[in-house]
Amino acid sequence: MPEISDHRARILASIRVSLNKGMSPAQAEANIAAECANLDRKYVRTGTRATAGHDGLLELLTDRLLEYDAGVYRAAPEGIAAAVGEILAGRGKRGLAIPAGVPAEWLPQGYEFTLAEGFDAYQLDATEGVLTGCSVAIAETGSIVLQNAAAQGARILSLVPDYHLCVVFAGQIVEEVPEAFARLKATSTLPTTFISGPSATADIEMTRIKGVHGPRFLDVLLVV
Amino acid sequence: MTATETHASQWHTRDFPEAARDLLQDSQTRKNVQHATNVIQGKRNKVVAELPDWEELRESGAQVKAHVLRHLDHYLTQFEENCTRAGGHVHWAADAAEANRIILGLVQQHEAKEVIKIKTMTSEEIGLNRELEAHGIRPIETDLAELIIQMGKDRPSHFVAPALHVNRAQVRAMFQREMHLPELGEEPEDLATAARIYLREKYLRIKVAISGGNFLIADTGGLCIVESEGNGRMCLTLPDVLISLVGIEKVIPSFEDLEIFLQTLPRSATGERMNPYNSTWCGVHPGDGPKEFHVVLLDNGRSPILADREARQTLQCIRCAACLNACPVYHQTGGHAYESVYAGPIGAILTPQLHSMEEGRSLPYASSLCGACYQVCPVKINIPEVLIHLRGKVVQEDQATLMGKFSLWNIGMQAAAFLFKDASRLAMAERIGRVGQKALVSKNGFIEWMPLMLSGWTQTRDLKAMPEQSFRDWWAKEKAPGAKPADRSDHA
Ligand code: SF4
Repeated sequence: MPEISDHRARILASIRVSLNKGMSPAQAEANIAAECANLDRKYVRTGTRATAGHDGLLELLTDRLLEYDAGVYRAAPEGIAAAVGEILAGRGKRGLAIPAGVPAEWLPQGYEFTLAEGFDAYQLDATEGVLTGCSVAIAETGSIVLQNAAAQGARILSLVPDYHLCVVFAGQIVEEVPEAFARLKATSTLPTTFISGPSATADIEMTRIKGVHGPRFLDVLLVV
Repeated sequence: MTATETHASQWHTRDFPEAARDLLQDSQTRKNVQHATNVIQGKRNKVVAELPDWEELRESGAQVKAHVLRHLDHYLTQFEENCTRAGGHVHWAADAAEANRIILGLVQQHEAKEVIKIKTMTSEEIGLNRELEAHGIRPIETDLAELIIQMGKDRPSHFVAPALHVNRAQVRAMFQREMHLPELGEEPEDLATAARIYLREKYLRIKVAISGGNFLIADTGGLCIVESEGNGRMCLTLPDVLISLVGIEKVIPSFEDLEIFLQTLPRSATGERMNPYNSTWCGVHPGDGPKEFHVVLLDNGRSPILADREARQTLQCIRCAACLNACPVYHQTGGHAYESVYAGPIGAILTPQLHSMEEGRSLPYASSLCGACYQVCPVKINIPEVLIHLRGKVVQEDQATLMGKFSLWNIGMQAAAFLFKDASRLAMAERIGRVGQKALVSKNGFIEWMPLMLSGWTQTRDLKAMPEQSFRDWWAKEKAPGAKPADRSDHA
């Protein structure tokens, strides 16, 4: 399509004229990389709470999640299924959709778990909710990060159902946002969603109102 | 009519002072704006104060953005290469007409009669909705505030919370009417639920979505969108085709740079530690999200701004709207007075530049230069500095025209320059002024109206009358060597 490439050339030429650029591309690139590496990055890279054991981190994450109006529960690694069962009973649910890769040890008897791989929006809309794991959780901001990976699945899964139960292991929790990025770096091209509380809007009189288009109910099970 | 023409005729029909005067009469809107901006400001200040490294984050954000602008050609082509490799299609649009043509073409190619949209200021900038409607395609806004704007046939007044000038009771009345829900309750939750039900069916059914983008990520070819409600995620995930329209200045070098902006943007924009949802994705991922992904890179007046070294920083903006919330002028007038897509302090410097200083020329004056905008800006754009720089440009350009040269404003300024250059000339002028002003001073000691070109000054301010004695006169009489000081209480 000649017209499109014409606009491409026009924009790039206009930028180069404005910036007064004369360098050869190869040399320019080496300079750019060096310049980028030398930018000031004096902000906090690693938190301080984890050094005192995981308790500080867990508490911070719990506080932040509760502030967003999410439910927070704890379980030992061998007690995940039992805890999931209790949470579901408390919510009055009979079962949940799950992505591929959810370990059988997470799933209590007496509830129905449906592998929702390839489900479309209508099918997911008809479920009672979804159970997933996560890639990393950020204590400082109360965020859980999901990627398209085992036990997390496609983005639609944690979006269309009205209820989301997320299992977070202590080792997945970091304190600061930059620590999360250090962990996500290797998989940065995967579809990724940062979730901080149930869906909400501040569009009416600037107050956070829970429950617009994403799940209106979010529970987090911390495995310690 | 081309898109650019429609765009121009919708906005900028009046100058700022004229538009502001009407809006200042509308006390409900003012109350809504003041309430909302006070709430966000309070929340913002609290969560910003929590971070010990806020200033370092601002500095890094500013440096990363400035670096990108110095090498914008490099980062755009890197983005293009990586996005294409990930299965995305990259389009370039030098102006609004081209962007509209590309998007319309894609929508028509998929024979879509309806499209769902995520809030995007760039689409407002190019007048996309009108262009789609003119071709029989119905754009459906999915952001709650945008839905409110669309239903009320209103215009956005703030780019984080576009309907901030509308209150809860007004929203309820509108939903009752437009969604045919006479029984609708008045709790905010009721309104959110009504929007959820109204839109859900559309998400599930409509096959083409249009979004903006907060960041283009050069090293992965990905995009990042920051939102609250989940409407963004719906549009990014459910349809078969996704078209993202993004300004060329939105590119950042790497995925990890988000660690800066995902800390500063939510805190500045909505006063939250993190907004409910951030999405990043690259091109097309089989089995997850749209089967076809297009990015339209929009220039539309941005690249020439790079040539102006002082004003270039305007393009660092991450559209958090903190400068709007902090601005005493915005606080009084709301966003509509700017008659421009981008309101507030950033709008005052961005709008005239996007139009090569041909439109929005009164906007650089829509500021008291108090500096609050600079203080809150998470990428350290020195808005007051750019405002003064642009005022200088407006004046220089005016002087360059024959009309401008002989305008009263210019003659007045030249006269002022002549007077201020020499102390005795100034003293003489002051004496003449004190006599001359007598007819203008009101009972309260202020001058509320001045003749001819001076009326521009008193249109927005009342002027303190000149004192009987000037400081220079007083100094000469009291303090200068050989002077005979009078009773001190005179000047206490
Ligand atoms: S100029 Fe700064 S404060 Fe204003 S919207 Fe842009 S980034 Fe935010």
